[in-house]
Amino acid sequence: MPHSCIPIACLAGAVKRYGRLIALDGADLQLQRGELLALLGPNGAGKTTAIGLLLGLVRADAGSARLFGRDPQRIEARRRIGVMLQNAELPPTLRVGELLRLTASYYPDPRPLQESAALAGIADLLKRPYAKLSGGQQRRVQFALALCGRPELLFLDEPTVGMDIEARQQLWATVRQLVAEGCAVLLTTHYLEEAEALADRVGVMSRGRVIHEGSVAELRARVALKRVRCLGAVPLEVVQGWPEVSEAHRENGRLHIATAAAEAVVRRLLDADPQLRELEVQRAGLAEAFVELTRDAAEAADTDQREAA
Amino acid sequence: MRAAISVAATAAATDMPRGRIVGAYLEEARSECLRYLRAPGFMLPVMLFPAMFYLLFGVLMAKSNGAEAARYLLAGYGVFGVMSPGLFGFGVSLALERDGGLLTFKRALPMPPGAYLLGKMLMAMAAAGGVILLLLALALSLGHVALSPLQAGALLLAGMLGVLPFCALGMFVGTLIKGQGAPGVLQLIYLPMSFLSGLWMPLPLLPSFVQRIAPMWPSYHLHRLALAAVGMNRSALLVHVLVLAGFAAGFVLLAARRLRRHG
Repeated sequence: MPHSCIPIACLAGAVKRYGRLIALDGADLQLQRGELLALLGPNGAGKTTAIGLLLGLVRADAGSARLFGRDPQRIEARRRIGVMLQNAELPPTLRVGELLRLTASYYPDPRPLQESAALAGIADLLKRPYAKLSGGQQRRVQFALALCGRPELLFLDEPTVGMDIEARQQLWATVRQLVAEGCAVLLTTHYLEEAEALADRVGVMSRGRVIHEGSVAELRARVALKRVRCLGAVPLEVVQGWPEVSEAHRENGRLHIATAAAEAVVRRLLDADPQLRELEVQRAGLAEAFVELTRDAAEAADTDQREAA
Repeated sequence: MRAAISVAATAAATDMPRGRIVGAYLEEARSECLRYLRAPGFMLPVMLFPAMFYLLFGVLMAKSNGAEAARYLLAGYGVFGVMSPGLFGFGVSLALERDGGLLTFKRALPMPPGAYLLGKMLMAMAAAGGVILLLLALALSLGHVALSPLQAGALLLAGMLGVLPFCALGMFVGTLIKGQGAPGVLQLIYLPMSFLSGLWMPLPLLPSFVQRIAPMWPSYHLHRLALAAVGMNRSALLVHVLVLAGFAAGFVLLAARRLRRHG
């Protein structure tokens, strides 16, 4: 192999600029057969561009994007993938069954139409025109289109936006089933619980780079912060002055404190206010870890820029 | 070892039998036709405006001028009617689909290259054929225009092939403008161009300046062909065919370049 790109999807040092804006700044990403990788990151971090490169929608200015070891712009590579994009307005007057039939016709060995419909939970919608469906139903149809070609790799870009809880959990169950059958999935999501529920590995993107890659537990362990919440009369300025507190704010009268030393902070709180109520201490979730990581990256980048200037 | 396995799998999984590729093209064309047949907001104006105008100006008001006026205007309104599925069917839908993300989705899918445009092209040709048939029915029945089957067939052929340069122009406009702005811009091309090519009023009645620039417009050339089809133009036709083919090729190239660069 000329590159070390045996993975089924791979970005190596990918750079993409739009004018002066750098959307991807040397991003590296590898996806192995049968695994589910969740790509997280704030808006503008480069997730969509990364997916666009792997789908062959845009070309890298530098570095490479490979799909099954090939250029993603080759149709042979894309015959092995299924795609669910964030916003695709499908033809409104076509019926769901017709959309499925059309999309399945692009693939060498598609699933039977009924099977795709059942997997996505739209078997009862096949005769309905696409425009008459609710937002959540439309997303389920798009999911059916993504899996109808029996893909080896599924791209899901914010798949559950606009779905109710039941539909979301059904989609999660189907994704797990597909992964169990050996299908790899590249998922982007804003819902961290979605990444926690599904992902083997998590990639965090910030400013056009993949700044962290590992299991969900590893990502969480990166951040030792805990979250303390309570109702009490201690002034915010006082809390913010304590050395153990890394961040504090008041929300609806409730004090929210982020700290690496929860025990010390709780002791101080109870000393300062004997009337303290509704005290909660929580380990940081993926959300905090994520915020922490991307903030660190942003600060580092700012420092770099200042030093460069 | 692992690399060898994945390469072998690649060859097996990506072989697409020719029959399935043809099937994909057919499915695409079928979907494109279905979706517009079901969109009365698109089909009704395309079909009825030229028919209504022809009925009013070509049949009812031209009664005093006899069947020859009805024959002349059949060619003019035929071209007028053929232009709109080309310009609007292609241009507006492309502009909307670029805006709505459908084109991006299709590019990400393993859709055979060209199926998308070919589907739209067949749809425009079918709509153009429908417009011509409707006008022919009006001309033969109410307009008392005498046409041989050969002449009617020639007009139908001119319409169905003549829609292609307008598809190309519409496609180019669709690549320049995204979303809802396209219909307005296309109207600004469609209506003046129809008038300036003498589709509504014979060119000799228009100012000499307009007559002189008329060969700039593709609709002028298609009009000459349509007039020849109904037996009212005996001059050489090849030059018009070539000009139209040139227009089509030029705009397709421009549009393809923009699509490749900007998607």
